[in-house]
Amino acid sequence: MRTRRDLASPSGSQARDRSDLAWLIASGVIVAGVATPILGLAWYASKGSGDLWPHLIGSILPRALQTTVLLLLGVGAIVSTVGVGTAWLVASYRFPGRKLFEWALLLPLAVPTYIIAYAYLDVMHPVGPVQSGIRSILGITDPRGLWFPEIRSLGGAIFLLGFVLYPYVYLPARALFMMQSPSMVEVARTLGSSRARVFRRVALPLARPAIAVGTSLALMEALNDIGASEFLGVRTLTVAIYTTWVTRSSIEGASQIALVMLVMVLLLVTLERRGRVRQRFVGRAARQRVAVAQPLGRGAGIGASIACALPILIGFVVPASYLLDHAVRRLAAHGIPDALPGWILNTVSAAAGATMVAVVAGLVVGYTARFARHPATPFLVRLTSLGYAVPGTVLAAGMLMPFAGLDNLIADGWRTVTGDRIGLVLSQTGIVLIIGYVIRFLAVSTGGIEAGLTKIPPSLDMAARSLGSRPARTVATVHIPLLRPAIAAASLLVFVDCMKELPLTLLLRPFNFETLSTTVYAEAARGTYEDGAIAALMIVVAGLVPVVLLARTSFREGPKASRRPRIDPIEAVAPAV
Amino acid sequence: MSFFTAARALVAATALSAASVAVQAAEVNVYTTREPGLAQPLFDAFSKETGITVNTIFVKEGLAERVAAEGANSPADVLMVVDYGNLIDFVDRGLTQPVKSEALDAAVPETLRAPDGQWFALSMRARVLYVSKDRVADTKLTYEDLADPKWKGKICIRSGQHPYNTSLIAAMITKDGAEAAGAWLEGVKNNLARKPGGGDRDVARDILAGLCDVGVGNSYYVGLMRSGAGGDEQKAWGSAINVVLPTFKDGAGTHVNVSGAAVAKNAPNRDNAVKLLEFLVSEEAQEIYAKANYEYPVRAGVAADPIIADLGPLTIDPTPLVDVSKNRKAASVLVDDIGFDN
Repeated sequence: MRTRRDLASPSGSQARDRSDLAWLIASGVIVAGVATPILGLAWYASKGSGDLWPHLIGSILPRALQTTVLLLLGVGAIVSTVGVGTAWLVASYRFPGRKLFEWALLLPLAVPTYIIAYAYLDVMHPVGPVQSGIRSILGITDPRGLWFPEIRSLGGAIFLLGFVLYPYVYLPARALFMMQSPSMVEVARTLGSSRARVFRRVALPLARPAIAVGTSLALMEALNDIGASEFLGVRTLTVAIYTTWVTRSSIEGASQIALVMLVMVLLLVTLERRGRVRQRFVGRAARQRVAVAQPLGRGAGIGASIACALPILIGFVVPASYLLDHAVRRLAAHGIPDALPGWILNTVSAAAGATMVAVVAGLVVGYTARFARHPATPFLVRLTSLGYAVPGTVLAAGMLMPFAGLDNLIADGWRTVTGDRIGLVLSQTGIVLIIGYVIRFLAVSTGGIEAGLTKIPPSLDMAARSLGSRPARTVATVHIPLLRPAIAAASLLVFVDCMKELPLTLLLRPFNFETLSTTVYAEAARGTYEDGAIAALMIVVAGLVPVVLLARTSFREGPKASRRPRIDPIEAVAPAV
Repeated sequence: MSFFTAARALVAATALSAASVAVQAAEVNVYTTREPGLAQPLFDAFSKETGITVNTIFVKEGLAERVAAEGANSPADVLMVVDYGNLIDFVDRGLTQPVKSEALDAAVPETLRAPDGQWFALSMRARVLYVSKDRVADTKLTYEDLADPKWKGKICIRSGQHPYNTSLIAAMITKDGAEAAGAWLEGVKNNLARKPGGGDRDVARDILAGLCDVGVGNSYYVGLMRSGAGGDEQKAWGSAINVVLPTFKDGAGTHVNVSGAAVAKNAPNRDNAVKLLEFLVSEEAQEIYAKANYEYPVRAGVAADPIIADLGPLTIDPTPLVDVSKNRKAASVLVDDIGFDN
């Protein structure tokens, strides 16, 4: 690698080292920002938590750990089976509805976990529509007369989290199946392997990196979830952190548990990466031609349609119709809430601001990973995901001390110079909230952009340079146009995540700043679900628009698009593998 | 390109809350964990009467941490929360300041405020029992009865770690000691019909569904359900239950928790903060508390909402909340030790 770059770079190694350093410094600044809340937590943790740990080890952690492991195993099983299975179907076969399923399988991304938990508890309750319906068909009058799985259980949490989180696996798995050299599959087929065997022996091993990354993102979401788990009575480690903080008012103890959990997560992620270090070549493979999807027979085709429809039904259609039903009833009774435009404006502007910053930061990190040849590079790049590996509610608490400290410095400095009080500017303008979103979701934008960058062959850079183009010009005229789909996809994902975000928004926002998600929370907390349903529906709808946009740009084919190496945005979202 | 985008992001960031940057007019800044649906009508009434603008941040957890982190420049004037444990916690962390106000002292009974005016209760809620209208005839129950083996497999309750429950358990510890309270809680656990979880309203719904016969819940949820504020389904949940105002076995009274407020230590608008507190205990505001959220007013002479008054006369357990609060941590530990939520 190095020698080729040396040849291509007429300016010599000194200039290159300087540019490497510039990238490393820029990324270093971003990593420092991301690490700030972790340092905030460390500061809390260092203050000590009295006699908390003996109690934790004695009566909480063993069980919480067991619950958490079971939850992660269960969710991991669902997201990988459903994600990989549906991705393989839509990538390899033609069957009724395939074009629709291809993007509709992403829809559960738009449904926040706290909403799906509320919806299912209501729908599946003994006095809810499903059980009442079944009982009336069977002629059972006693609500206790029908055995039905309890949604308020570990199993229920696994089921619900699994079916909203599987798109994290579907997304990169589909991209990889589409990208895999079709000749490999064809060779295996002509050598007499059955379809199932091809899947098991050829496609699956090749897709492993994508599956691993997607699954680990989904598992981090599941691990850090508080809304659904607490509501369903599942006492995970995150719930233990939360209880320690809220019930014992010990942010110190909560920070200590959170940091221990973070170390465990980082360890697991590192181990997982070590385990497939030799498979790097897969991600670098440039796509030469698209695999041709094979038609399925009638029975198998219907089977495939059902297999793809079920996850969409469970993860999207049921909760969305539940919300729609409640929203319609609310609208019929009271009309549109006056404050709705304000909620939407706040939600969209905060999410859009954060998305822009996250994408720029993601580009900086992505280019550092591409250009800066330094032993510290991979380490720096990975640290940008820190914000994603901590429960949101704890991350928010970690941000308080450092950013309020900075805010106070500004306020005091301003007063010394001008004599005026300006108050806490960063917090009251919403800048802290936006920084919080960026820290939380930087992993998502970096992953997408890095993946997009790896698909641009270095030979293009060399060609541009040998034609006399300076690096900045190469980026502007060659990379950015090629990266546009990846940037668009990463932006959309970050945007949706910001809109759904709850704990950071609740704690870090300025005065009089209600968003859609804070409204949903507030109404649900009061039990006036119907009032909250409109806001919840708006989140789902607003999340749906990006998903559809994503799909449209993704499947648009045209003479113009085919002239340059095309990057499928859905594919590009697949985090770097 | 990157600079351009960054600049645009900055402009967006500043613009998005331009409207919310503190204005120079008379104002008061409230940090609260209460829901906007309840608190906003109170603030609107205050603004209408005084012309003072109320700026709000509705928080879930971390209110104390935010105020503490903001320190001397914190814009917070009033901290308004549910649960006396939180109020006492604010005082312990030095986040409040004493308030001397005749209006407040006259309206709020002595047992429902800090002696030096560091916090004041604004409304009360009782921890009551929901019992099945169809299946439970007995309506004279004590909290201790929940551990009676005759209710085996019949009791529903939310998480033992929820502040409403740790508060009740702490009261039990204060009265009978940790050992007796532990034995009681163990007995309740043995009677549970399902894992503790959900909210208080889910208890009523589960009674309607026949999952359980007796449950523990807050009084105001009965009003929210029966009034139809939460929709028709909830009305059905509310009418499936009878409400018992239980006492401890000493018969002294029902366990009550409060919502309350304090003036923040570094309040930039201290006078307006005191005005807001005084307004919140006025007859007008206390009626809003009673009507909009079905809580018990703290001010003598203001009637509870008819739905709540129908539950029967409330006798408040006289154990001082400050004493109970000392056992909150022990209560939480107890819940874990016996594995109540497992």
